[in-house]
Amino acid sequence: MITKRIIPCLDVKDGRVVKGVNFLGLADVSSPVKLAEYYSSCGADELVFYDITASAEGRALFTDILTEVASTIFIPLTVGGGINTVEDFERVLKCGADKVSVNSGAIRDPSLISQAAQKYGDQCVVLSVDAKRVDGGFRVFAKGGREDTGLDALEWIRRGVGDGAGEIVLNSIDTDGVKNGFDLEMLSAVCEAVDVPVIASGGAGCGAHFRTLFETLPKVDAGLAASIFHFGEVAIPDLKQELAAAGINMRL
Amino acid sequence: MIAIIDYGVGNLFSLKSSFKAIGQEAVVTGDAAVIRRADKLILPGVGAFGDAAALLRRDGMDKLLRAEAASGKPLLGICLGMQLLLDYSTEYGRHEGLGLIPGSVQPIRPVIPAAYKVPHIGWNALHFPGEKHPLFRYVQEGECVYFVHSFYGADCAGSVIATAEYGPELTAAVAKGNVYGVQFHPEKSGNVGLNILRAFCE
Repeated sequence: MITKRIIPCLDVKDGRVVKGVNFLGLADVSSPVKLAEYYSSCGADELVFYDITASAEGRALFTDILTEVASTIFIPLTVGGGINTVEDFERVLKCGADKVSVNSGAIRDPSLISQAAQKYGDQCVVLSVDAKRVDGGFRVFAKGGREDTGLDALEWIRRGVGDGAGEIVLNSIDTDGVKNGFDLEMLSAVCEAVDVPVIASGGAGCGAHFRTLFETLPKVDAGLAASIFHFGEVAIPDLKQELAAAGINMRL
Repeated sequence: MIAIIDYGVGNLFSLKSSFKAIGQEAVVTGDAAVIRRADKLILPGVGAFGDAAALLRRDGMDKLLRAEAASGKPLLGICLGMQLLLDYSTEYGRHEGLGLIPGSVQPIRPVIPAAYKVPHIGWNALHFPGEKHPLFRYVQEGECVYFVHSFYGADCAGSVIATAEYGPELTAAVAKGNVYGVQFHPEKSGNVGLNILRAFCE
């Protein structure tokens, strides 16, 4: 039986890992390569790198780092941030990424999903969605959660999967950074809407939140978090042991 | 020297890096002379079977690989590379494979429970039917490897050396003499995967 995945997410800016709380107030944490090695050795099932650099220099630095990470650790790597064209897919896949996550780029040009899926396969295309409750529904936000796109999140996700997105990362802006648990209501709605793997993001504050996530929503495939792992509030080996002891299928 | 066959399919960066990590010299090549000179061969592959099989045939790589395998040279197919070792695939029409290991490539969907997702993507535990094959001599029963696939090796009963449960037990690895195939990605399976590549290199 396939295991549930625990995924640390590394936001990279100018060659360093940073993590925003509610997307604001960035704090430098550590070296991406060192963090990646550390996470791989303690049992992370996959790593996500988000390039939050805006400059061309920063972008080149990011691909250098990605290449170094992919040469030293051998677990699946997902890369996102600044993915606007099929050429951007090519750029990061060449450096050793296995999956590419699209967010604002797909909102600007929804055909990006189908173009990339046709060229690299559905399994390569991850649709990452920042969503927030607005007027009783779930609304897609762009630009790191700053801009309301007016798109209904469930419709957007259904459309993305129809176009070839092989996996969904759902980041709830409502729970992100609050550390009070994943957004089970929003995740449940997404799991009912599509049948591709769903990765929960936003809100984990302790190990018990992952247990609640997987026990309440068996359809969720993975839990993603950043700062609680980076700051050592949750140790991945302990977390996986704890989940396995609770009867959740984990890779130990 | 290990030759990773480059026939225009997929991204070979991680595969090449993983051999380097275990101290093995590996070259990515489509050059027949280099392939003939290599001690061992890796047939990688991602994407659609039909396209990959056509690329193999276009360059005459299919004949070369059959000849090299017949000479006794160890050949390991990975993911789609494993599927290409079989007789044929039914992915988007019928396509002939290399026929080095008996079996066909069939969609997972009809054989798994409705609640299970396709592709079969993520970490899954290896099970060894019968005696453990030398390819897995550094791997324990139940250790996990990373899978990404929507089709699987069917009817290869006599050649199956590892399975993974996804509803039914799906083919995870096959072997016949000096020809091996793994459905999962050893280059993305952490130390377990590196240990499988290490065993292949020895």
